Amino acid sequence: MHAPDGSVRGPYAEYQAWLDEQEAGLMRRKTSEAEGFFRKTGITFNVYGEEDAEERLIPFDMVPRIISGGEWRRLSRGIEQRVRALNAFMHDLYHRQEIIRSGRLPERLFRNNAAWLPQMVGFTPPGGVYTHITGIDLVRTGPDEFLVLEDNARTPSGVSYMLENRETMMAMFPELFSRVKVCPVSDYPRRLAKSLAACAPEGAPDKPTIAVLTPGIFNSAYYEHAFLADQMGAELVEGSDLRVVDGKVQMRTTIGFKPVDVLYRRVDDDFLDPLTFNPDSMLGVPGIMDVYRAGRITIANAPGTGVADDKAIYSFMPEIVEFYTGEKALLPNVQTWRCADPDSLKYVLSNLEELVVKEVHGSGGYGMLIGPTSSKKEIQEFRAKLEADPENYIAQPTLSLSTCPIFTKKGLAPRHVDLRPFVLCSPDGVDITPGGLTRVALKKGSLVVNSSQGGGTKDSWVLED
Amino acid sequence: MLGRTASAIFWMYRYLERAENTARLLEAGHRMTMTRSEDMAVQEWRSVLATLGLQQAYEAKYSDFGGAQVCDFVLRAKDNSENVLSMIERARTNARAARSSITGEVWEAINEGWMTLSNLLKKPVSSGTLNQSLGAVRRVSTMVRGTTHGSMLRNEAYSFSRLGTFIERADKTARILDVKYYLLLPSLSYVGTPLDTGQWDTVLRSLSAERAYRWLNAGRMDARSIADFLILDDRFPRSLVFCYSELRDTMADLAKFHGSEAEAHEHMRQFDMRLRDTSVENIFDRGLHEFLLDFIANNQLLASAIGSDYRFNS
Repeated sequence: MHAPDGSVRGPYAEYQAWLDEQEAGLMRRKTSEAEGFFRKTGITFNVYGEEDAEERLIPFDMVPRIISGGEWRRLSRGIEQRVRALNAFMHDLYHRQEIIRSGRLPERLFRNNAAWLPQMVGFTPPGGVYTHITGIDLVRTGPDEFLVLEDNARTPSGVSYMLENRETMMAMFPELFSRVKVCPVSDYPRRLAKSLAACAPEGAPDKPTIAVLTPGIFNSAYYEHAFLADQMGAELVEGSDLRVVDGKVQMRTTIGFKPVDVLYRRVDDDFLDPLTFNPDSMLGVPGIMDVYRAGRITIANAPGTGVADDKAIYSFMPEIVEFYTGEKALLPNVQTWRCADPDSLKYVLSNLEELVVKEVHGSGGYGMLIGPTSSKKEIQEFRAKLEADPENYIAQPTLSLSTCPIFTKKGLAPRHVDLRPFVLCSPDGVDITPGGLTRVALKKGSLVVNSSQGGGTKDSWVLED
Repeated sequence: MLGRTASAIFWMYRYLERAENTARLLEAGHRMTMTRSEDMAVQEWRSVLATLGLQQAYEAKYSDFGGAQVCDFVLRAKDNSENVLSMIERARTNARAARSSITGEVWEAINEGWMTLSNLLKKPVSSGTLNQSLGAVRRVSTMVRGTTHGSMLRNEAYSFSRLGTFIERADKTARILDVKYYLLLPSLSYVGTPLDTGQWDTVLRSLSAERAYRWLNAGRMDARSIADFLILDDRFPRSLVFCYSELRDTMADLAKFHGSEAEAHEHMRQFDMRLRDTSVENIFDRGLHEFLLDFIANNQLLASAIGSDYRFNS
């Protein structure tokens, strides 16, 4: 929000002016009002392993994170380039593997990757699209400097918070929105439905039937699944509602089975088809992979895209972008040491106090070491794990992440944030909704923004300028 | 719509109706016991528990029948899996499962009602807080009914909400009438005594029928005219005939949506015809208890036929 010299940065000027006019106590009152709003509408998430608080709220901070129109346009170009490259990369990995033949990417990286699915080899998904929805996690390290922290190509979640946070802000501060012109995000579900429909398989009706596949009401993101189905006007289905009938995936309606053309699935690959993957899965549809490979249903995102979530693959993204687009990557990566490489490992081991070390397949902020905030003992324990299995880890510098103020009991205080824009991809093109999910570390100095670890969210504004 | 979603909506409204009727039964019982001797109060609470099918479970745990204790058992006791709070919880869980088929207004009504009630029922029920809790149960049902009426598309989802409501309501009316008549009047010597009048007054109150009945019957209070009213008066929204006329119309709507009838339609038609063709004389000639048992069983058959015809389960 503030420039290094302490002045208010341009995009925040109008917001700051508004804030200065507000009476003390307004923010506190609005914070509890917003919490009531969330509880009432049931915007909750479930934390696994906590019996007591079955449904919890993600803490919501009332101070928006603001990005200027100019910054956003530059960001969008970089995001679009990256998503196009990701889709080309997926297609290549499951076909000719030119990138490996050219020596740019070591073969072991995906051979050892559990997310790589042999069932996808030689198969092209309807419309050639692999990542129908991508969440690109960005961090800002300086004016006009955004870095990509992670590519979420599997089933990125959190988009319902992008939408509901905006609704909440508009309900709490209507006058603010008449003063500051913010790009709307509310048509995301319509854009999603349109993008998914454009990916329908050949032979599907003009108005294809779209369904959202949820693991059920006890899943941590169930609220989001129901929300998106509701907003898209799609069916919300569970595995037990679906069955393969006459070579098509069909859902059990009150008057019989009805075909589904596009399945936006929110279950992992492993649970998708007990006949192909995990045989114990109750969440999927037996035989869906055969239907898929026969080109009679679209699965979004395509199975096997989790390869891109891998942090070792991530470290090659600049090369991947260049290989498929012929251009330099517009959005840089965070510098990454691959511990599989002996020189890097040596460096990482002697600088553990300074670095963030992550598991290659980890997510949700689990299984990582944050050197600067860890005790000697924690670092020693992690060192042993790292030495035992270096290939399983990468390391990154502790970034001087940008901060954004949050509202605390003692007034505004800076906290670290990241940003996850949601990117849609179809044969019609790449579509990025201006905004995203801003996650914020609520603890002073903390760099962990994951909601499962006590992070919160903010409304993310892209200004119309 | 999905069979599973239809089932969730059906049960959401059944549980709400059940919770509301249970609350009304407790309210009437509570009112009655305030004006009776202790013996009579015990008898009244016994009959409330019997109507709810909870007598055995209660007596396994307690040997006395204090009002607050009975109400606590019915409303919130953990060892009573059919307590009212869990009914509201199940209604909400079903609403969550059907979240994309109900409106935001309906969802907020059930969700807020559940929040209020779970807060009120955190602590044991005392006679001081009883009315507040019972009021909250009736309010959540009323709010959901109101938002349903005012915001839901008249489509399949709405139809299943009506089916759930009226199947449950018909069941409860029949049970309340049956228990009072069968359990509390073992010998005809009671009939016409003050106790009898008080019992019938409680029956009417349990069904929010006391005002309507009085208005129509000016001072008469006997089994026959009360049974006539609660079974056959098509103007009273909790009578059996009324519930079935709603079910009939709703089933006709479903047939229209789908372009065809299901087996449940035939079942309902026969059953409804028998109900409408009967008279209170016929009912008493055959025996009220037998009539009501038969009704409850048939109503249950209709509910299962709806469930299997509309593919509630795989």
